[in-house]
Amino acid sequence: MIKKFSILAASLISVAVIGTAVAQESENPAVKARKAVMQLYAFNLGTLGGMAKGEVEYNAEAATRAANNLVAVTQIDQSAMWPAGSDNVSDPSSRALPAIWENFPDVSAKGKAMAEAAVAMQAAAGQDVEALKAAMGPLGGACSACHKAFRAPKN
Amino acid sequence: MRRLLSIAAGVAVVAGLTGLILTRPQHVDPAELDGIAPDLVRGETVFFAAGCASCHSAPNSEGEEKLVLAGGRRFETDFGTFIAPNISSDPEAGIGSWSALELADALIYGTGPAGQHYYPAFPYTTYTNMTPEDVVSLHAFLGTLPAASQESIAHEVGFPFNIRRSLGGWKLLYLEPGWVVDGDLDVQQQRGRYLVEALGHCAECHTPRDGLGGLSRDQWLTGAPNPSGKGRIPGLTTNHLDWSEADIAEYLKSGFTPDYDSAGGEMAEVIENTSRLSDEDRLAIAAYLKVVPVPANDATTD
Repeated sequence: MIKKFSILAASLISVAVIGTAVAQESENPAVKARKAVMQLYAFNLGTLGGMAKGEVEYNAEAATRAANNLVAVTQIDQSAMWPAGSDNVSDPSSRALPAIWENFPDVSAKGKAMAEAAVAMQAAAGQDVEALKAAMGPLGGACSACHKAFRAPKN
Repeated sequence: MRRLLSIAAGVAVVAGLTGLILTRPQHVDPAELDGIAPDLVRGETVFFAAGCASCHSAPNSEGEEKLVLAGGRRFETDFGTFIAPNISSDPEAGIGSWSALELADALIYGTGPAGQHYYPAFPYTTYTNMTPEDVVSLHAFLGTLPAASQESIAHEVGFPFNIRRSLGGWKLLYLEPGWVVDGDLDVQQQRGRYLVEALGHCAECHTPRDGLGGLSRDQWLTGAPNPSGKGRIPGLTTNHLDWSEADIAEYLKSGFTPDYDSAGGEMAEVIENTSRLSDEDRLAIAAYLKVVPVPANDATTD
């Protein structure tokens, strides 16, 4: 009886775990692609942020390379990555709110602000660590502005 | 019997009078503000550290619009819906005609200029720890911000919470000046404590509340249910938040988490304020969070 119960419990748990895993991975290549764009931002921000926080020694060349990458990522044409029906209501693996599709002009204005903040970081990153630190704030503000308006909170 | 009745009546009258006296709105002694010169730079820091604009700017305002404290944001709670009033420099619709002393009454005791109690949606249980210098400087800084002529909208609060006098009783229970995190703190930790416990009112969201809506101070900053009903507001004590002090300071500046995700939701609004503070102040907040005690009954982690 106990054995039966534990088999049942184990299978319930594995169903739950698999269920969660499925919910996190999207089937939609467009959703995967835009998540990959975010990963590219995060990776390069990690290089800059590590120096801003003093965890990693400041290195003008490495900082510039990371900032160049940020600028390059802002230049990726994302227009095909946001097809209709890829919001968080239609696709629970996404946190993209339907409001995105109702406010394209605002979304693109916020994207432009992000591109400008990345260019400002590009100019600052090679100067010195103080300039880099100062450019982190506006960059974070640009990320947040879009996330605040158009991304659903984590569950 | 008649005698007993009259004794009972007498007791009731005394109790009633005592109640009326105890629930009277309190005022700051004018001598407390004597000789204090306002400092606008200091006032600006207080303004952002205390997060005034997050509630008092008009709904959906962004960037510089947030300096127009026209009010109108709605806060739905278990006790009713509170609507942030106009606290712009307009002398009629806002608080432009207030003296520094009147602002001190509001911040320190939750008392309005007409001698009324304010609802604690206005976090005066935190601001009660503000220094007179900060109050006077904030008063001067608010005077430099734009005027807005929108009339304040009345709160939508039903019986019995619409009896403002009863807030005097609530204040007896919950309005007590003094620090939650006591003990041997260094100068930086003390500055962080002031920023969190007197200005930042972090605890208003990050500490659970009891049935009467007061903060459970013995569960300080251990996280709380989200009033929106969805999810939890995370705890900030070290068992919940294991970020380094540099991580916390960077988050309060740019909104980047240690994974370089960015803050969302209400916290994104908070960071619009904390991003305006100095690096020293943000590091002070981080240093303070590291010394907030973990209650014995909160061994959980997020």
